[in-house]
Parts: sequence; C-alpha cells; structure tokens
Amino acid sequence: MNKAAPILQRYDFELIASWIPEGSTVLDLGCGDGVLLAGLAATRNVAGYGIEIDDANVLASVKNGVAVIQDDLDSGLSTFEDGAFDFVILSQTLQAMWNVEGVMREMLRVGRQGIVTFPNFGYWRHRIDILQGRMPVSKTLPHTWYNTPNIHLCTVKDFEDLCVKVGAEILEERVIHAGRQVTLLPNLLGSLGVFRFRRRPT
Amino acid sequence: MGDLDSRSVGAAEPQRAGFLEPLILKAGKTLASYELVYETYGTLNAAKDNAVLVCHALSGSHHVAGYYANDPNKIGWWDNMIGPGKPIDTERFFVIGVNNIGGCHGSTGPASIDRATGQPYGASFPLVTVEDWVASQARLMDRLGIARLAAAIGGSLGGMQAMQWTLSFPDRIRHALVVAAASRLSTQNIAFNDVARQAIVQDPCFHGGNFYAQGVIPARGLKLARMLGHITYLSEDLLMEKFGRVLKRDEYGFNYDVEFEIESYLRYQGDKFAQVFDANTYLLMTKALDYFDPAKEAGGDLARALSNAKAGFFIGSFKSDWRFPPQRSRELVKALVASRKAVTYAEIDAPHGHDAFLLDNPRYHQLVAAYIDNVAEEIGAGPRQTPLALAATELAEMAGYRGNADGT
Repeated sequence: MNKAAPILQRYDFELIASWIPEGSTVLDLGCGDGVLLAGLAATRNVAGYGIEIDDANVLASVKNGVAVIQDDLDSGLSTFEDGAFDFVILSQTLQAMWNVEGVMREMLRVGRQGIVTFPNFGYWRHRIDILQGRMPVSKTLPHTWYNTPNIHLCTVKDFEDLCVKVGAEILEERVIHAGRQVTLLPNLLGSLGVFRFRRRPT
Repeated sequence: MGDLDSRSVGAAEPQRAGFLEPLILKAGKTLASYELVYETYGTLNAAKDNAVLVCHALSGSHHVAGYYANDPNKIGWWDNMIGPGKPIDTERFFVIGVNNIGGCHGSTGPASIDRATGQPYGASFPLVTVEDWVASQARLMDRLGIARLAAAIGGSLGGMQAMQWTLSFPDRIRHALVVAAASRLSTQNIAFNDVARQAIVQDPCFHGGNFYAQGVIPARGLKLARMLGHITYLSEDLLMEKFGRVLKRDEYGFNYDVEFEIESYLRYQGDKFAQVFDANTYLLMTKALDYFDPAKEAGGDLARALSNAKAGFFIGSFKSDWRFPPQRSRELVKALVASRKAVTYAEIDAPHGHDAFLLDNPRYHQLVAAYIDNVAEEIGAGPRQTPLALAATELAEMAGYRGNADGT
C-alpha cells in the first residue's frame, strides 16, 4: 500500500502511538513493512496483526517480526470477529482503497476504536496547484496523476462527512503539518489528517 | 550444480529407532511395537532447543534432504528447503525427517512382518491418524532428548501434522509452519481420495490387502490412483504449459492408444509410482487425510479446538492450488485469529498448483527463511552463517520424464 515519506510517517506513528494504551490489541490495515506494529509491540506491549496485500511488504513485515496476514482490505475484514480489537488503524491507506465506505464500516465493526490518517487534499498547496491548472504533487502526495495509487483523495471536511454517514463518532481530530498540529484553518494549512473515532453509541 | 552442491546437507544416513511401548491408536487398536526410520541433518545444540521436525505428506519419506552415498541421485524430497544457505538452514537447526507409521519407506507399515503372526500385516495393519503419527513422532523426540521443538513444518498432510503437534503437545513446540494444508478436507477432496482407493481395492491383485503372500502387487490400481492424484496436485495452467495438446505422433490415430503427451506422461508417472509405493500405505494415508478434523471434537468450532495451542503459526497457501486452495488456509487463519494465536499468513502466487509447496519459488522460500530467522532469534541461534541463496528447479517428477519412447 501507499505510504508517505518516512519522516512524515514517523510523526503520524508517534501520534497514533500516543493514543494507544499499554497492552492494547491492534489491527493495522495496510501495515506496509510492519514498523508501526513492531514499534507498538516493542514500546507498548501491544499484540495484534497487520493486514497487507503486497508481496514485498508481507515479506518485510515477517522480517520485522510482525504477525502479518496477507489479504485484500477491499474484500472486507471477514477474518475478524466483531469487537475483536481495541484499535483498528488505517494509516495513509484510505486514499488508495476502492471501497472506502465499506472499510470504514468494517473498522467500526471489528475495533472498539478506529484511527485513520490520510493526506489532506484541502491543504493550501494542493489548492494552489489546482488553481494553476495542475494535479497536486507534494510531500504527502508524492505521485503524479498518472502513476498514483491514490484513487479516493479527500479533505478533512470530506472525511468528517464520511464519519457522519457511516456512524462514526469522532473522538479526536488532528490536522498536522511538518510534525506540528495545525489549529488555525486546519483544512487549509494542514497536510495530514489524523482521526480517532468509535461507533456512535445508539 | 557446484553452487547447489555446496548447499546440500551431504550424504544422509537413515537411522532406526525401535519402540516396545505399545502405541494406542485413535481407532482404538494398539500397535504393540513399532520401528521408525528417520534422518537428521545439522547438529543438535547443547540446550537441545534447535530441532525442526519435517512431517511428510502422502508419498514422502524420512529422506528429506541430501543424498545417499551409494545412490547420489536419490535426493531428499525437500532438499531445496533444507540445507546450508537454504530457508531452513542446517547450520543453526537440527532437522529431523521421519517416515510415518504405516508408511512404506522403512517404518513399521502394512508390508512389515507382524511379530504375532510372522506374516506381513497387510489388511490387518490398523488405520493410523494424524494424531497417532504425532504421538509416535513425540516418542522419537523423547528418544533424541528433545523436550521442545523449535518448529515443525509440513506441506499438505505434513502441514496437518505440524498443526496437530500444537494441539497434542502445546508445550513441546514453539512454531508450526503449515503449508498448502487445511484443518480438514473438503467434500471434493474426500471424493478424490475415495476414487483413488476404489482403483486400488478393485484391482484383482489387491487380494483384500493381503497381496504380499500372493507375490503380486495391485499395480494397475495404484497406477490409476497416482494418475488421478497427480492431476489434482498440479494446476491446469501448468499442465497446459508443459504438455498442451501435443501428440505422440503427427496425426490422430482414431483409436484408444496413447496419443496425447499428457496421457503418456501420466501413465509413466503411474507406473513409476506403482513400482515403489505400497498400495496399503496409499489407502491408509488417504484415510488419515480424510479423518483429520480437529474441530470435530470441539463441536465443529475450530477456534475452540485450537485454543490450547501455544505455538506461533506460519500458514502458507498457493493461489493456483485447487486441491488445498487458499480458502481452506484462510479458514484456519480465521480460527487462529479468533483464538488469539500469533499467526502469519501468506498467499503465494505460484503457478504450479498443490505441488508448489515442494518447488522453488523465491517468494515462498524467502518467507519461510524470514520466519525461520525469527525462530532462530527466539532461541538465540544467531544469524545465518551462509547467506540465503535461492535456486530454481522443476518438479522432480517432470525432471525425470523425458518422453515415453514406447508410447505406453
């Protein structure tokens, strides 16, 4: 799955890790080379699995000692029972998925809480690129339009709307840029959205 | 071959272990005494915690790796997996291959002499199950002073044994590598097995299983069983690629002789197999496959059946395997996850079908190597001494087939 540059990745991982209590159970969707899970296991005694479809990433995850399960997220999380995990994480993978809404619903089913991070398409540089008549290319969106794996880009506001639609209650919402939280006009000035949510109590 | 030779475990020497303590079988019968023939590669360390047991499938044996000094062409059936610089490296691990009870490669089986009668067991040899095999393998580990396996690995029926180890002896195994297997056979799979068995038992030379005294073997039945089995172990694409619709002669003969290359190939394989394999063993092995179903005793709940396991699991399947398809492995993964086991699952894109577990596939071998490296780290066995090197060989059966000149 598509992952952003390592430095940026590290900050979003740090933020995610700060939300996860010691000893939690975690499912990492699109776990890449497994470094987030390996890190959580080492520093927070977290147990869990990574899901990954890419052959090279599955191998990399095994090398990192992560319990990785090769599967296609777009076909759902049928391997996992309701409420099986404390946290289900989707880190910079959402935008590359076909069935975004389905995955969000599955996250709410399988996890007590979900964490999603994604590149904010509403970031001002992206808007300027568009105004200049070109598809945005930036640190969070490093691909050109013709070779990008990102098929479902969204803004922070768009994601908020999706949360309402799928019945997710947002517990925390951070928009960050260059490793710092953006509080002023976040959908304009922040390049990475980081959300923590749970199923809205009925 | 020079490079590959250096990665061989070298000349292997089969050993025997006799057991006088009766083995009570799942079927209720008792095997009063028995012998196991086995081979070992590498060195058992002082802590005796670096042992890897290799479990064989239907037609396998204890000769897993290396060759025989007096028969250098007799290469072990999983030689590409085991040796220095191979996925399971013998510079860190002590690898054990054992022929299962009921087999026909030296361990006590239907062709062995029953001490009670002085005659071959034949039809009176009891049906043995995967659980029985694992129990007998554990006794061999006792004999070797191995309290806990670093890992057990197997493909197909061998994978079932690796799985059973984690259930029968949860404290005696750290990791199970279960490749191209299933927690139980599908209806279709049992059906294939029964057709194979019917081919054998309906051969006039079968004599109800007591053919040894008659000086004959049910070669025709065994041949048919093997032909059928072999088709199902390969993918349609592989058969098409290897044989296509190629004819032995230039034109159709409009008769029932061998015409297509695939017909010739299958008969060749069937004949070869029938000369070296025991018909009663074939029957027994297929029944062991059919019976295996750990969930059965847990009311059909596989997750509950697996709950006592303490091992870590590596589950691997091959996309082109239609005899043990990925779906069967995913069922196992789902149950392991539901019972919170450490499990890694890889669905490998190999074109060969079920027999892919025996073949060189860089992805497959890299995954096993990476997992085994983690096992080595866990037992403090250090890094590889010889770097992993990957080879490419063809299916052993096909390597031996160079066309049948007489067209039979």
